[in-house]
Amino acid sequence: MNTRPLRLISLLFLVAGLTACGESEPPWRGHDITGVMPELDYNLVDENSEPVSAGAYAGKVRLLFFGFTHCPDICPVTLGRLKAAIATLEPAQRERIRVLFVSVDPERDPPEVLRRYTDNFGDRFIGLTGSQAQLRELTKRYRVTYGYGEKDKNGFYPVSHSSAVFVFDPQGNARLLFNQSLTVTDIAADLERLIDAGATVETRAKGRKVVAQAATGAGTANYP
Amino acid sequence: MVDEGLLSWLRLLLPWEPLWPLIATFMLVLAIYVRGLGRRSQLSDMPGALGFLTGLAMMYAVMQTHLDYLAQYMFFVHRGQHLVLHHLGPFLIALSAPSAVLAAGSPNWLRAAWQRLAGSLPVRAIYRVVQQPVIAGLLFVGLIYFWLIPSVHFDAMLNARYYWLMNLSMAIDGLLFWWLMLDPRPPGATPVTRGIGVRIAVLCAVMPPQILLGAWIALSRDVIFDVYAVCGRAWPISPMVDQQLGGLLTWIPAAMMSVLATLVLLRLHFRNERARRSPTPYPATSEAL
Repeated sequence: MNTRPLRLISLLFLVAGLTACGESEPPWRGHDITGVMPELDYNLVDENSEPVSAGAYAGKVRLLFFGFTHCPDICPVTLGRLKAAIATLEPAQRERIRVLFVSVDPERDPPEVLRRYTDNFGDRFIGLTGSQAQLRELTKRYRVTYGYGEKDKNGFYPVSHSSAVFVFDPQGNARLLFNQSLTVTDIAADLERLIDAGATVETRAKGRKVVAQAATGAGTANYP
Repeated sequence: MVDEGLLSWLRLLLPWEPLWPLIATFMLVLAIYVRGLGRRSQLSDMPGALGFLTGLAMMYAVMQTHLDYLAQYMFFVHRGQHLVLHHLGPFLIALSAPSAVLAAGSPNWLRAAWQRLAGSLPVRAIYRVVQQPVIAGLLFVGLIYFWLIPSVHFDAMLNARYYWLMNLSMAIDGLLFWWLMLDPRPPGATPVTRGIGVRIAVLCAVMPPQILLGAWIALSRDVIFDVYAVCGRAWPISPMVDQQLGGLLTWIPAAMMSVLATLVLLRLHFRNERARRSPTPYPATSEAL
């Protein structure tokens, strides 16, 4: 994606003293949303019908994706691509990833249906859903939405939803957005880099170095 | 019991993302204008008031009601939103020539502060530059093009800060441009009150690039703006249909506004000519800027 015009606006904001972004690191394959989107936060229901909040998978790189199990194209393709990308990583790295598949169609996707669906893609895939209020709150937080179409004679109805995967680092900061144009290799490369950066932060913290310093070293956003 | 349907209707009037300074500005302008109407109590203000209030209400509605939600998640609604912000709303407001009413309705301190601001050298210099006809035309078309560069558009829709920068820049540029075009004072009354011919030339010049852009979007065979897929659409609609509708909205009504403005200017020209020939001089107006 051409980022020249973006830099121009960034510069405008820089002059206005509103924001400052470092440009020393190599670009990500996905779209960098560091500082643009708020940190991960939600209140939903998991595959066991238990309430779950963002603290549940803390410390993992989390991939947030909105969809519905009756989705004919985008959802299975995206989840399949994530599965393939994760499969290329080392077992230890895989363990540091969770894919949160949020169904925006709770009427047709009760927790047990969601569990059967995400099990097809592997252990790192977790199905979440919630009430309309919970889902609206979460989607609005990430500036995405969803909507329902008319029911046909079989009771099937289409659902419009976001096609992007939002990626959060182990600290829960929004970092990347994977859209449909990314390949399995691109996704794997970015995930590996995020996991490694997260591991560095952890090691340094364990080594009793200043945590904040480590966080800036990993390029972590200090979103309020 | 409160009617559910009525409640959900009322909810549509609430802002999707409340921008309090913006709401406050609209309310202040509305209060000053209505006060000015009351103080002047002239029947001749009424057609202008209708235009001004309609324009103001339209601009408010596309930014601070549920329409803004739809504009964020549907390309064609977004194009409609910009049509209102950049063309229709400012056109009606400029056409109503509201300066006299606003001045009459302003408290003294505000009028004094405004005069100081408008009279200050840097403001006058900037105003003269952006209202230079060629620059004004370039800005008018340039902003439409800039925010529709696919990568810029992507960021604007994803980032709340850029989103409001985009909408407010369109609104402000719209007000500046249409005021320059539709200024009812006789040409030469102020340094930025241009001749009718120059203005018609600018209006003609901004038409083809808008037609071209709208046609390119409407006739494109690929989805140009993928951010609406990334963020999800407000309801399931074919991305191509969404894009074609948006293209048509950029293409036809936008260019029609130039034609409408030309008609308004011709009428103004004939009125000025008649005033020049008749023994009674053209009544001086107290328009600021």
